[in-house]
Amino acid sequence: MKTLKVNIITPYGPVYDSEVDMIIANTAAGEIGILPGHIPMVAPLVVGAVKLKKDGKTEYVALTGGFVEVRPEKVSILTQSAEVASNIDLARAKEALKRAEERIQSKQDSVDSSRAELALKRAMNRINVHEGNF
Amino acid sequence: MASLRDVKNKIASTKKTSQITKAMQMVSSSKFRRAETNAKAYIPYMDKVQEVVAAIASGTNDSGHPMLTTRPVKKTAYLVFTADRGLAGAYNSNIIRAVSTAIAKRHASKDEYVILAVGRMGRDFFVKRGSNVIGEIVGLPDQPVFSDIKEIARKAVGMFTDGTYDELYMYYNHFVSAISNEVTEKKVLPLTDIAVKRDTSASYEFEPSAEAILEVLLPQYAESLIFGALLDGKASEHSARMNAMKSATDNAADMISGLTLVYNRARQAAITQEITEIVGGASALE
Repeated sequence: MKTLKVNIITPYGPVYDSEVDMIIANTAAGEIGILPGHIPMVAPLVVGAVKLKKDGKTEYVALTGGFVEVRPEKVSILTQSAEVASNIDLARAKEALKRAEERIQSKQDSVDSSRAELALKRAMNRINVHEGNF
Repeated sequence: MASLRDVKNKIASTKKTSQITKAMQMVSSSKFRRAETNAKAYIPYMDKVQEVVAAIASGTNDSGHPMLTTRPVKKTAYLVFTADRGLAGAYNSNIIRAVSTAIAKRHASKDEYVILAVGRMGRDFFVKRGSNVIGEIVGLPDQPVFSDIKEIARKAVGMFTDGTYDELYMYYNHFVSAISNEVTEKKVLPLTDIAVKRDTSASYEFEPSAEAILEVLLPQYAESLIFGALLDGKASEHSARMNAMKSATDNAADMISGLTLVYNRARQAAITQEITEIVGGASALE
């Protein structure tokens, strides 16, 4: 079976680099699945998990936005931060979740609350990816 | 000739100073290694972003996006990366000199340019000179992460978009090797130089549309350029400080050996004089 090379690159260095069978990513326009031989494409990503299917197993990587560049034989994901499920620090994510919830409840001005909502999304995403529930 | 005690004091104080500079050199060299790793890890990301942005910008024929179009320049912004502290050789002064020269050459009055300062040395210099410093950030950590400069990067890009200024240059020390760095001027906005690389033949499908992607991507790209310059500058800062402290330590060692010679000579001269005096005294008694 044909495979697809995937690269996840962050400002702090590459996070993931491997051959996979299929990629499922959350773009701004909705969830997309990418198989080998996909036409060249660029799409922005939303906060969420990217699923990488390989030999019947699925790996999850938590992303905080960014975008995906697809070429027939290679996919690059560029993002501010990416964490492979096994590397996620659950305690830190839970703490961030609590902080974000508190900030939303205290209802400050709109800039702060939209920022807190984003932080909340990121924290929940990390926890979900770590626990593997979707 | 200086008295024995003076020379001795001077040797002792030079030794103390050299201990300090030696310690600073070692601190800087460990910081430098980490900063270099950070700067290197960033390169693949930057390259990739650049490649994609270039591909998209050349793929869309109407590059009507405000960040890609050159406007008549009424006001220019300079984003200046300096260190927070001195003792780094010519690191800060080189950048400040380059910026001052550019400003003196390009602008007739202070209303034609604004300064965005990253680092205390640059900020203090331009504030003191009465330049219009509209943004500043000081006290950045030695291993900065993106969120540390997110605010000023966003501000720099935002003010270009809303027309506060019409071009944005940044000045930083580009890290060449552990013993050399060079002052670099880079035009960040408008993004004119990315459209040059039209060799990427792949024509992309855009989801949802090229314009929507540019809208998200270009500010991100400009911000990552700024972050890249910061990492590059940090690596040069630590290498510059390491070298400055190394030559300070070497100079102190030279000085100590010179002073020790002077001290020994003075000591010998004093002994000789004492003997002469005793002999003279004894012969006077005979």
